[in-house]
Order: sequence, then structure tokens, then C-alpha cells
Amino acid sequence: MTGAPDAALALRVEDLSVSVGGRRVLAQVSFTLAPGELCGLIGANGSGNTTLLRSLLGFVAPSGGTIRLGGDGARRLGYLPQKVSVDPFMPLRARDVVALGLDGHRLGLPLPSRQRRARVDAALAAVSAEAFADRRIGTLSGGQQQRVFIAHALVRRPQLLLLDEPLASLDPSSATEIATLLRRISRDTGIAVLMSAHEINTLVPVMDRVIYLAGGRAAAGPVAEVIRSDVLSRLYGHHIDVLDVHGRILVVPAPGAGHDHTHVTRVP
Amino acid sequence: MLGLLPVGFLDSAPVQHALVIGGFAAVVAALVGVPTLLRGQAFVTDALAHVSSAGGALAPLIGINALGGFVLMSLAAALGLEAAPPRQRAERDLQTGAVFGAGLGVAALFLYLDVTLPGGSGNAVGVLFGSVFLLGASDILPAALAGGAALALLALYLRPMLLASLDPDLAAVQGVRLRRVGLAHLAALTLAIGLAAMTVGAVLSTALLVAPAAAALVLTDRPARALMLAAGLGLAGMWGGILMAWQSYVWTAGHAWPASFCIVAVLIGLNLAATLGRGLWRLGRRGAA
Ligand SMILES: Nc1ncnc2c1ncn2[C@@H]1O[C@H](COP(=O)(O)OP(=O)(O)O)[C@@H](O)[C@H]1O
Ligand SMILES: [Mg+2]
Repeated sequence: MTGAPDAALALRVEDLSVSVGGRRVLAQVSFTLAPGELCGLIGANGSGNTTLLRSLLGFVAPSGGTIRLGGDGARRLGYLPQKVSVDPFMPLRARDVVALGLDGHRLGLPLPSRQRRARVDAALAAVSAEAFADRRIGTLSGGQQQRVFIAHALVRRPQLLLLDEPLASLDPSSATEIATLLRRISRDTGIAVLMSAHEINTLVPVMDRVIYLAGGRAAAGPVAEVIRSDVLSRLYGHHIDVLDVHGRILVVPAPGAGHDHTHVTRVP
Repeated sequence: MLGLLPVGFLDSAPVQHALVIGGFAAVVAALVGVPTLLRGQAFVTDALAHVSSAGGALAPLIGINALGGFVLMSLAAALGLEAAPPRQRAERDLQTGAVFGAGLGVAALFLYLDVTLPGGSGNAVGVLFGSVFLLGASDILPAALAGGAALALLALYLRPMLLASLDPDLAAVQGVRLRRVGLAHLAALTLAIGLAAMTVGAVLSTALLVAPAAAALVLTDRPARALMLAAGLGLAGMWGGILMAWQSYVWTAGHAWPASFCIVAVLIGLNLAATLGRGLWRLGRRGAA
């Protein structure tokens, strides 16, 4: 409508560099994300996943580059931190947590309204959390809490959802469930989802794009164009094999490279 | 109900003032106590409460209401804490400990002066442990102003306080100004401490803030109910304690127990009963299931 070439993008990051505590963590990272896309942010521990997400949120000031959010100009981001440790005595039910996502930043006492309740219910339904909506948040399992916090992030209808290792503490079947759920939500609502993981396996079937972080630099694009021997070798600066073993991909760094993550991956 | 009260109880002016001001103070303290516990600031509360004793001792020497003294000194300590906001909880405990120690040093001096100087109250025990029956009509207006301000801050910032205690980053993403919320909370906290100190003394004021809120958080999982329960428990503790102190004249043949002891005793008793009752109720439910 505006005619600007970026109008259709949810996020455009160009040459983003970030230093933390005097150390360069990210160097000239570039990628784009369209509405409705689900993008995996993959990197070994300490490679800068959290730093990238926090700089997109404005918590960490970049030392260079640009971050542009698309959409209507309103800055509406949903966020799931890597670790939300809920006090067991927090007097909040799951639905109260989601309601705080809707209007917890507002001043004054909340007035109960049918519309407010409907939006909270819809967000809880989107993550299939109706069954434990009225239970105290601190008494829910890790996977249940994860769903509630995703609903908390969704309820304001963000243009971009940033999730920091949402699958890390989950058993494989819950991880697959949440990944599939996020896939469905991004498709249905047009929300762009950027989620980090140290483990690529679960994400491959659901992600449209991948950002692969190593040594502060990033390779980004569709999975089939990034998880390749030549691309990852260039990124790491030494030889990396990407093997196709009966429809599964094995990412094998050269010995002594200091990276111990061998990914066993299904071909998308 | 009223007929069950001892003869003359409600006709006594000191009892009337104690019930009105003490009840109001207990409600404000209990309400402010809820977000305070959720923010993990029980230790900060205890430190500010103790330091406020310096203000209570200073008040008669500089000719201000005791409430003003309590609030002034705990506010000064709170601002000292806010001047260097800590990154981690461990660091905050360290700072709180330092402010606690320094403040008590000042309190030692002011309490000494309060007892020894001609203009002083000579009542150090009253500053530290309170004397709710000494409150008078002149205390009602300052108490109403301080309590009203604390309640207004609480009502205004309740939601951001809840969100920030759930997770500060989540609050920041939604545009909550964490610093402002922290200051609003500290302001409400110092006002509540001042009010509580006015009734049960600086040292015991923590009990009015923490005990009802702690029980309420165990008993319910909804924020609005937690606040109402805390307020109810605080009020019951204060009124029950005042009644118990009045009756103790009879029980001890004229010696009587200090009101602050009675108030805290009833508060703790209510807490125990609530915890026990909840345990029994759960057991019963499990048995029925
Ligand atoms: N506050 C900090 N001070 C100094 N270094 C930090 C800080 N936070 C993160 N780092 C460093 O930045 C790098 C990236 O961290 P992070 O983004 O948390 O990695 P990831 O989320 O991928 O595990 C790590 O090497 C880490 O040691
Ligand atoms: Mg991380």
C-alpha cells in the first residue's frame, strides 16, 4: 500500500553488530522475516541467540546496523524469555498471567469486561491451555507454563513473536507439540515467529527459514539453502560436513573446532 | 455481636482511636504487603521498618508528628537503596544490609537523644514497640493522608507491579517503566511502614506488612482475593489484639499486656489457623476424592 519495498516484511535486520561487556557477540548479522513465517535461530550455547533476541527487543543497544519492524508502525512484540522462574506463591492463575499480557502495563485497577475475557479465552484456546486456565501458574508443569507464556505473548496480537528456547525444557513429544502449535499460530494469524534453539531437530519440520549463528556471524535463508556443507563451512571458517543419512541430515564439524554440536536432522 | 464485647470497651476514647487508626493502618499495611512479598522485598521491609525508628525518635525533638518521623526516615533509607539499583538479588541483600546497619546506628543516637534531651518523648520503648492506646484524635488526619496516598499508589500501579514481579523483562516488553514502578512501590511501602509503626512501633511494623500478606498468598491464587484476604486478616489481627489487650487487664489483675504483643499474637495465631485450616481442607478433599 505504501509502495515501500519493505512494507510486506515483519522484520528487516541489516548488518547488526552487538557487543556485550566489551566483547563482540554478533557481527554484521542480516536477515528478513515475512508475516506468517516461522524462523529458527540456531546456534551452540553462547553463540548469541539470546543477545540477538534481546537486541531486537531493545534491551541491548546494537553497536552497528539497523533493525526495522514492519506493520502498522506500532511496536508490538511478544516475548518469551529463556527462563521465567515463577514463584510458586504468585497469586495468579494461568488466565491472570494471560490477562497481564493484555493490559498489565496499564495503570489503575482492571475492570472486568466481556471483551477482555474473550480475548484471554481466545489466547488460551490458541495454545490449548483451557484445561488448566484456572490453575495457579506456579503449580503447572514446564510445558504447561510454556503454553501459558506463549498465550501471554500472543494476546496483544504482536506483529513479531520472539521466543528464547521455548522447547529447551520439554520432553521430545511436548517439544514437537509446541513447535507444531507455533507453526499453526504463525500461519493462521500472520504473526512472524522467531524462535531460538540449540537443537535443530525439532524445528526442521516446522520452520520456513533458519538463522544459523556461529562465531558471531550468521547464515540466513530457507533451511535447504543454509544447512549445507559449503554455507556452514564458510560460516565456521573450517570444513563442515552436512551428511544426508537415509533422509536425515548430520551436521559434523571438523574435530578440534571447538564446536561439539552434531545435529541429526531430517531433510525438510 | 457487639453485645459480646466487654462492658465499656467501645465507650473508651483511647479504644476508639486505636480501633479506627489501628484498623486503617493494619489494612493499608496488609494491602501494601502483598506486592511487597511478590517483589521479594520482605528483607527490605524489615530494614526500612527498623530504620524508621530513628525518625520516630527524632520526631518529638524537631516537633513533628511521629508518623512524619517514621515515614521520613524510612523514605530516606529507601532512596538510599534506590540510588544504586542492584542488578541481582544477592547484591540487593548486601545493600539492604548496609542501609539496615547504618540506619540502626543513627537510630541508636536519636533514641538516646529522645530519652535524654528535654524536648524528647522519653519513650524509646514506644518508638520501637508502639503504644496504640496513646493515639489521639490529632493522629487521624495524618494517618488518613498517608494511608490514602499509599492506597492510591497501590491502585494505580497494581497491574504493572504484578507484571514486573512475574518477570521484569516481560513488563519491559509491554512498555512498563520498571524504575517508576519500583519508586511507586517504595513510596507506598514507606507510608505503610510509617502507619504501622505508629500503631505497633517501628520494630513490629514488619509484622503488619508481612504476616497477613504471607497468609493470603498461601490461601488464594487470585490477586484480588489475596488483597482482600490480607486486608481482612490484618484488620482482624489489629482489632482482636486491641480487644485482647483490653481484656488482659482482667486476666492479669491490673497489669495488662502490651497491646503490640497482643496484636502480633493474634496475627500469628490467625496465620497458623489459616495454614492449618488449609492443610486440613486439602487433606479432606484428598480423602473425598
Ligand atoms: N552480561 C554479559 N556480560 C558479558 N558477556 C555476556 C553477557 N551476556 C552474554 N554474554 C556473552 O555473550 C555471548 C552470547 O551470549 P548469549 O546471547 O546468552 O548466548 P546464547 O543465548 O546463544 O547461549 C556469550 O559468550 C556470553 O558469555
Ligand atoms: Mg540463550
